[in-house]
Amino acid sequence: MELAELERIALDIRTDIVRMIGAAGSGHPGGSLSCADILTALYFGDVLTYDPADPKMDGRDYFILAKGHAAPALYATLAHAGFFPTEELITLRKLGSRLQGHPDSSLVPGVEVSTGSLGQGLSIACGCACGLRLKDDPATVFAVLGDGECEEGQVWEAAMFAAHQGLDNLVAIIDNNGLQIDGAITDVCSPELLADKFASFGFDVHEVCGHDIAALIELLNACKADRGGKPHAIIAHTVKGKGVSFMENQVGWHGKAPNAEQLEQALSELAEARKEARRG
Amino acid sequence: MVKFASAEQALVKKATRAAYGVTLAELAKEGLPVVAVDADLAGSTTTKKFADADPAFANRLFNCGIAEQNMIDVAAGLAVTGHIAFTGSFAVFGTGRVYDQIRNTVAYSNLNVKIAPTHAGISVGPDGGSHQMLEDISLMTSLPNMRVLVPADYAAAAAAIRLAAKTPGPVYVRMGRAAVPCVYDDEVELEIGRAYVLRPGTDVTIIACGVEIREALIAADLLAEAGISAEVIDAFCVKPLDAATIIGSIAKTGCAVVAEEHSIIGGLGSAVASALALHHPAPLEFVGMQDVFGKSGEFEELLAYFGLDAHAIVVAVEKVIQRK
Repeated sequence: MELAELERIALDIRTDIVRMIGAAGSGHPGGSLSCADILTALYFGDVLTYDPADPKMDGRDYFILAKGHAAPALYATLAHAGFFPTEELITLRKLGSRLQGHPDSSLVPGVEVSTGSLGQGLSIACGCACGLRLKDDPATVFAVLGDGECEEGQVWEAAMFAAHQGLDNLVAIIDNNGLQIDGAITDVCSPELLADKFASFGFDVHEVCGHDIAALIELLNACKADRGGKPHAIIAHTVKGKGVSFMENQVGWHGKAPNAEQLEQALSELAEARKEARRG
Repeated sequence: MVKFASAEQALVKKATRAAYGVTLAELAKEGLPVVAVDADLAGSTTTKKFADADPAFANRLFNCGIAEQNMIDVAAGLAVTGHIAFTGSFAVFGTGRVYDQIRNTVAYSNLNVKIAPTHAGISVGPDGGSHQMLEDISLMTSLPNMRVLVPADYAAAAAAIRLAAKTPGPVYVRMGRAAVPCVYDDEVELEIGRAYVLRPGTDVTIIACGVEIREALIAADLLAEAGISAEVIDAFCVKPLDAATIIGSIAKTGCAVVAEEHSIIGGLGSAVASALALHHPAPLEFVGMQDVFGKSGEFEELLAYFGLDAHAIVVAVEKVIQRK
C-alpha cells in the first residue's frame, strides 16, 4: 500500500476515535490517538498476517493491546481492516454494544484477549510466544504497551521471562507519549530510560518516531524477521493526542471526551488534514 | 460410579499435591495439549514431575521464577494459543497475590487456564499464618466463569485435575501439602456439579470438602457410637454446587453441619447456606476458620486448635440437632 494511502487510513482511524469517544461521552482520546500510526503500520502495512473473515486463522500473527484503554484505536483499526462494520463504532461504551470500554475478547472478533488492567499484556504476549513455539508455528506476537504502564512491576517480570526464554518471536512496542493520568511520567514516578531498561533485561531494542508510518513498517518487519534469540522492544516516541491540536501533549485529554464544540473542531482539523493528504 | 478406597488403600496416606505432576504427565501422554507454568515451586507443587516424566514434556513446564503475576498471564497466553494451561505456586500466592490477573485476564476472557496451586489451608502447618491460605475458595467462587474443586484425597485430586483439563474454561483446583488418608479408590472419576454421599444417615447431614472429609467420616463413626446417624456428603465441587443432592439429604435429616479447612466466610458453608436459604431453610452449623488467620504448628495440632477436627464436628452436630 502507498504511504499516502496509509496516512489517509491513519487519519480515518483518528477521526473515528474522536467521533466514537464524543458519541460515548467518555473514553481515552489521548492514548488512542498516540498509537493510531503504530496500529496503522501493523494492520495495513503488511506487517501482521491476519484474515478478518477468519479471525482465529491458523498461522495468524497475534496482537495484544496491553494498554487496553486505547480500545477506540483498536476498534477503529479492526473495523477498517474488515473484522466488523465501521457503522458499529459509534456504539462504543453503550449498553448492549460489543465495544466495551476496554477490549473484551469474548465479544469482539480480532481481539485475542481482554485487556484493560495495566501491566498484564506483555506477560500474555510472552505466553502466546511460548505457545506458538511449542506448536512450531512461525507467527509473531506483537504487543503495544503504554510508557506509564511500564511503572507496573509485572512488565519487568515479563521482560525477565521473555529474555530468559529467548522469545525472539515477540515484539513489544512502547507507546512512549510521556504522559499519564496524573501528569508527565517523569514527574509522577518515572519509568524513563526505557530503552536502557529493556536492553539491560536482554531485549533487542530499537527507537523510532511513532508517527513515521514508513519507518514503523520497516522496523516492525525487521523485528518480525529477526530470530536472533532475543525478544524485541521498540520505543516508539509519540505525541499524546496526536492529530488534534488542542489535545496534543495535554495531560487533561488522557481520559476525557470532547464536548460538542470541541468535537466539531477536532473533526474539522482531521478533515482538513485528510484534504491536505489527498492533495499531497 | 464412585468407588471408595478399600480398607487396605485407606491406610495409605498421600498428599493431594502429589497427584498434580503425575496426572499432567498422564494427560499429556493421552495427547492433551497440557502445559504447566510455575513460579519457583515446581518441586513443591510437583509440576516438575510432569516435565521429568518424558523428555518430550520438558519444554511444556515454564518456570517464571518468583514472579506469580507473570505466571498467571503466561498461562493465559498459552491458553490463547490453544493449550490447556495449569498454574502452580502455593495457594496464598497463586490466588491472593494474583487475584487481578485471574479476574481480569483468565476469568473475564474465559480462558482455558486451570488455577491449581498447592499448600492451601492450615495443612501448611509450621510455615504459619502468612502462608496458610484460608480465603481462596471465597476469592475464586465469586468470579464469573470459574469452577471450584476441592478434592479430599490423592485419588480425588487426580480426578479433579483430569476433570479440570477436560472442562473448557477456568477451573480452580485446591490442593494441600499434608499427606491424608485415602477415601476414594485410585480409579475414581468425578463430575463437575456433583456431590457424593459417602455414608448414608438419617439424623444429620455433614457436608465437607478437602481434608475435612476425613474428619467428617471419623465424626460420623463417633456419632454412631452415640446413636446418632450422620449422612456424610463430599461437596468437592463447591461451584457449581450440587444443591439438589445436598437439599435432598437435608430434607431427610432436617439439619446440617458444613466442615471446611477455610474461612467460614465465603466458602462451602456460605454456598450451602445460600442454597438452603433459597430452597429449604434448615438449621446449619459451620465448622471452619472463625474469621481468624492461622498460626504455626503441626497440621494435626492446628486442626484441634482451630476447631476443625472430628471432635469439633461432633460438637457442632450435637448443637445443630438441638435446633431441629
